[in-house]
Amino acid sequence: MTVVQIVALAAVAITGAGVVLAADPLRAVFVLGLFGLTLTMLFFSFQAPDVALSEIVVSTLALPLIVFAALRKIREHERELERRDGGQ
Amino acid sequence: MSRRARLALFLCSGPGLAAVLVLGFRGLPAIGAYHGVYGLVVNGVELSERHATDFVTSLNFDLRAFDTLGEEYILFAAAVGVAVVLRGLRAEDEQEQDEQSADSSRKQGFAGASDALRALSLLLVPLFVALGAYVVLHGALTPGGGFQGGIVLAAGPIAGLLAGRYLALKRIAPESAVEALDAFGACAYALLGLGGLVFASSYMQNFLPLGIAGHLLSGGYMPLNSIAVGLEVSGAFLLVWTEFLDQTLIVARGEGS
Repeated sequence: MTVVQIVALAAVAITGAGVVLAADPLRAVFVLGLFGLTLTMLFFSFQAPDVALSEIVVSTLALPLIVFAALRKIREHERELERRDGGQ
Repeated sequence: MSRRARLALFLCSGPGLAAVLVLGFRGLPAIGAYHGVYGLVVNGVELSERHATDFVTSLNFDLRAFDTLGEEYILFAAAVGVAVVLRGLRAEDEQEQDEQSADSSRKQGFAGASDALRALSLLLVPLFVALGAYVVLHGALTPGGGFQGGIVLAAGPIAGLLAGRYLALKRIAPESAVEALDAFGACAYALLGLGGLVFASSYMQNFLPLGIAGHLLSGGYMPLNSIAVGLEVSGAFLLVWTEFLDQTLIVARGEGS
């Protein structure tokens, strides 16, 4: 195992723990993007560039977009409910 | 279950799980030691048989093309499911809002973006489209292929969202065009297999001339497969993203009026 692989493995472990320990979903998504980047470096250091390309596009583009849209909808829905309860 | 009870349960079972994991890892071969046969056969034989220099893509689109057909239809079914559920919800929401408020301003959208962000997205859109097209077309030659390039292609119009111009995005990538793209890609992949059935002897058999390894048109029908998958993946992701973003747009409209 080369040094790059060991460093990548350690980075994956640390950012993985960071995702779980993040305070709220919004922060967790940002750390998730970072986690995806470290996973990409891991796959690349193990000589799997196709998997690394897939991982980087999915975890930095696809997943955060969907989760941001869902979080925004939830927050707006909560605000709407508050507005209705406050008005009545 | 209280927090202390959960902690106690973990402290009891955690060491057992750790012991089992360590025992299991001790029996694994070393990193990089490959005990199989298929990989070595493919490494030795693929270049002379298929004239493609990216063996992973040739596995995906030629040697195991049937598995990729299943995977593409998984993505297609997921995108259709999202569209069916969220559009049904959106129809209900729009009906409810029209009943509640007389004037629903259609201009309300996402907040305007700063000039720096607009300039950045102006740079990003052609970059994404060019990179996506490159990765898709060079599927058989360099790492990448239809799936990776397809997502990068789909990110091109989304960079317009970054500039705060979501309604412009809806004009560039309207729902009908995105659906048509997705369906066309999925259909094209299945029909290329039929070409194998007609011109060669079996479904998904490589039937186009193989060309010279390293050139753009090599590997038989791999570039065509790559393009079909790229179109399908970009259509599916654009569909899912615009459905999710439309949901937030609905609620934002409700907030403003």
